[in-house]
Amino acid sequence: METQVSTFTTKKGLAQMLKGGVIMDVVTPDHAKIAEDAGAVAVMALERVPADIRSDGGVARMSDPELIMEIMKCVSIPVMAKVRIGHFVEAQIIEALEVDYIDESEVLTPADEAYHINKHQFKTPFVCGCRNLGEALRRIGEGAAMIRTKGEAGTGDVIEAVRHARTVFGEIKQLCNMPEEELMTFAKNIGAPYELVKETRELGRLPVVNFAAGGIATPADAALMMQLGVDGVFVGSGVFKAGNPAKRGEAIVKAVTHYKNPEILAEISRNLGEAMVGRNVSDLADNERLSERGW
Amino acid sequence: MKETRPPFDPGPLKVGVLALQGSFQEHLAVLTGIGVQTVELRLPEQIHDLDGIIIPGGESTTIGKLAVDFDLFEPLRNYGKKKAIWGTCAGAIFLSKDAHRNQPLLELMDITVDRNAFGRQIASFETELDIPALEVISSTPAAFPGIFIRAPLITAVEGEAEALAKLPDGRIVAARQGYLLATAFHPELTDDDRVHRYFLHLIQENRGH
Repeated sequence: METQVSTFTTKKGLAQMLKGGVIMDVVTPDHAKIAEDAGAVAVMALERVPADIRSDGGVARMSDPELIMEIMKCVSIPVMAKVRIGHFVEAQIIEALEVDYIDESEVLTPADEAYHINKHQFKTPFVCGCRNLGEALRRIGEGAAMIRTKGEAGTGDVIEAVRHARTVFGEIKQLCNMPEEELMTFAKNIGAPYELVKETRELGRLPVVNFAAGGIATPADAALMMQLGVDGVFVGSGVFKAGNPAKRGEAIVKAVTHYKNPEILAEISRNLGEAMVGRNVSDLADNERLSERGW
Repeated sequence: MKETRPPFDPGPLKVGVLALQGSFQEHLAVLTGIGVQTVELRLPEQIHDLDGIIIPGGESTTIGKLAVDFDLFEPLRNYGKKKAIWGTCAGAIFLSKDAHRNQPLLELMDITVDRNAFGRQIASFETELDIPALEVISSTPAAFPGIFIRAPLITAVEGEAEALAKLPDGRIVAARQGYLLATAFHPELTDDDRVHRYFLHLIQENRGH
């Protein structure tokens, strides 16, 4: 075999190396350093955290390449960056920067109302959001090498993250227990590629790594998502919108490692200062729900 | 005709996989497939009765920090002075004595590593490796599937450490020092369990002494 660069195995493999870890949103090189020192496995380079995107309004786009490059220079862990749903040119630009992972994200304003990016065409791996199994498998079918349940970004309210994780795991359980003749109709009903439905059933899990995102604000939230069965967590506004980001970030990292150990969780949850204020998802207007974006 | 070896028997071994962060479930699955008893190692009190320890791939800064914070750093270092440890990728960095960067290292192996030596993720690759040492556990001469993800290189092998595998251009990607093993690639991401069985062989060899 000749040497093959950027295969699906290496794309999926980087996500496997991030398992059991925390990926933090950062908006400056200083934040990135704080995140790395807190034990983050990767950082998501952004101009504004989701809570600010929410309050500022307007169109949210890919970040300035200058900012992303500065962040890449100051940390040794992988750097991720977001592009708008369907905006394949933003993705080409991010790939040209040699960013380690691209998040085709509903947190930014979608660029295409019908189609996501054909992610197979890129050497840089993609992570995409999902609310259910069908959405996860459609994204994997398009080439995503990592999935995150969406939750509701920038709220600090974990309810949607829980709903989406429970939905995905519940559907996988259902899939594993149904007679084989029902698979095709199941695939049709959830709008997912048949081959990926079969593969998920054989594996008993998604074929790629699955993190939780959207609303995680405390070590307890992170451990909750881990106990529900995700492979790791993204924390957006939850760290840098809190009173003491370094301490809270570190506590969330530790909570993901020791998610099954309540004594350690109790110890690391002490004296973290103020959590982000947050917004209840139930108070959001329909057009404020970012998780609805994605086709 | 070549002598056929008896199937490898791991015996009643108990191997811990450092489960602070990274690809520990992948390692646990390979070990379980071989028939070895496994432990998810997260706290120092779990170390004492292990026959060997694997430090998985992941982010070496995260694993190093958590090992220090949860009092595993010194116990791991003491363990490696007497018993077998294998580090893959981040784990190999953690075993080294020098990684050209200020981060906690166990300094158990007389090797120097260069982190992310091939570049960023876009340069991650797969290639076949010739690992002659695997002959002790399997007479299969097949090449080993090497998966390199933001991988380090072993830039210097000194003292009692020896190179076990090289890329075609001669750069070192695996090393052994007695019962300590370092690989820059990820056998835990393949369905080939020969490097895992080789590590179990090192454990048994060390016990026999």
